[in-house]
Amino acid sequence: MDISIHKLSKRFAAVNALHGIDLDIASGELIALLGPSGSGKTTLLRAIAGLEPIDDGRVLFGAIDATKLSVQERQVGFVFQHYALFKHMSVLDNVTFGLRMRRRATRPPRAEIRRRGLELLQLVQLDGMAERYPNQLSGGQRQRVALARALAIEPSVLLLDEPFGALDAKVRKELRVWLRQIHDETGYTTIFVTHDQEEALELADRVVVMNAGAIEQVDTPAMIARQPKTPFVAEFIERRAAATAA
Amino acid sequence: MARYDRRALREPAPVRWLLIAVTLGFLGVFLLLPLITVFVQGLAQGVATYARALTDDDTLASIRLTLLTAAIAVPLNTLFGVAAAWAIAKFEFRGKNLLTTLIDLPFSVSPVISGMVFVLLFGSRGWFGPWLSEHDIKIVFALPGIVLATTFVTFPFVARELIPLMQAQGTDEEQAAMTLGAGGLRTFWHVTMPNIRWGLFYGVLLCNARAMGEFGAVSVVSGHIRGMTNTMPLQVEALYSDPGEYSAAFAVSSLLALLGFVTLMLKNFLEWRHGDELAALRGH
Repeated sequence: MDISIHKLSKRFAAVNALHGIDLDIASGELIALLGPSGSGKTTLLRAIAGLEPIDDGRVLFGAIDATKLSVQERQVGFVFQHYALFKHMSVLDNVTFGLRMRRRATRPPRAEIRRRGLELLQLVQLDGMAERYPNQLSGGQRQRVALARALAIEPSVLLLDEPFGALDAKVRKELRVWLRQIHDETGYTTIFVTHDQEEALELADRVVVMNAGAIEQVDTPAMIARQPKTPFVAEFIERRAAATAA
Repeated sequence: MARYDRRALREPAPVRWLLIAVTLGFLGVFLLLPLITVFVQGLAQGVATYARALTDDDTLASIRLTLLTAAIAVPLNTLFGVAAAWAIAKFEFRGKNLLTTLIDLPFSVSPVISGMVFVLLFGSRGWFGPWLSEHDIKIVFALPGIVLATTFVTFPFVARELIPLMQAQGTDEEQAAMTLGAGGLRTFWHVTMPNIRWGLFYGVLLCNARAMGEFGAVSVVSGHIRGMTNTMPLQVEALYSDPGEYSAAFAVSSLLALLGFVTLMLKNFLEWRHGDELAALRGH
């Protein structure tokens, strides 16, 4: 599904968290929202999800104006930094939650729900973990459950908020590769937030560099690295180059 | 969780024993002794007298009234407590601080005043007095008044137990549930409730214990009509003021003491079985 954002603005008290953001995302793209803390990237992500009310502007899912739609109606798959798994449900129940919550009219039969859940667990390489509970899983495993849970509802768009932020470096690298594979396999439009330049430049089809509530540059990783458009972007990338050279 | 040698943090042995002795002594004198006395005095004239005291008509009526009052007050306050805690912990709205303060009000007000309030509102010379007598509705000196007073003083228990618990748990799981398509009520039932059930049970336990044991507020509102508007605590007082019923007073008291004991046991059981969960859910 194409995602379009028109002049999106949001204020937190007197502070402008987002200044009239314009962004067009093609169906199936893997987009990174990259920037330091306070840049507005998470706010933008949550605004797309409907978790954050906005003051101005529109969000379009395909041809539909999603701005007035509730979180539930938008059918977004959201993955939180700290997993937000349902502590009291098994892994399988977590994954199938979205399907089980559907209205009777659109809800698949129980056997079908179970089958889909198990299929997704296989996709995220967690077969055999169906009856485990979140507190029995490692961080990396929990995040994979969270992703499977988001995928289960066949979302219009997959949104990930610093999905690997709570994990150690080695797991982070592994999951990065794996996320790219999952994306290529499933083809969902995916937007993820990160402050890690390496992650953004390695994973994304296009990177949206943000600063202080505005977009500095939207480009492919190669172009961002080779032709930074603003001093901020240049400095951001230079820091990365310096870090990897060191 | 790393295990470390706690011996380094311990007081020297004599100090520890002194502290334990003082604590036990204090508990012994102020808690255990009175409770044991209640049972001893209640059974002082034999088991037959004890049984007769408990099956006396007026006493049975008071037991029924206590149970009925609790059966109304506790569910009401549970409903209110859950709703208030949910609103306070999961949402931002104007007047939130005011609500939190109001919830604590019954704790800071003397129980006698709590009862007085209803007399002033619904008594024959109260604000609604004339209107009520016109429509032949009795609130004060009848069940409704007793229920109102009891509900008021046990207002805060469930809410105060749930609010910090739910605040510590945050809103991530609820937000996740919403993105997955669950509406408000379903999110509450499937996601929030399982996370708060032990805290809720604990709050209900405390609310119930207080509802059954409340004296001051109910005393003001009830009119002390034996066989009709005496709850168990009031019945105890009535029996105690009659020299011939001295033993009977302790017999009924022993029932209340038993209630306290059962409440304590359930609370300890809860902490033993789910203590880790409760502590973890509070983010300790």
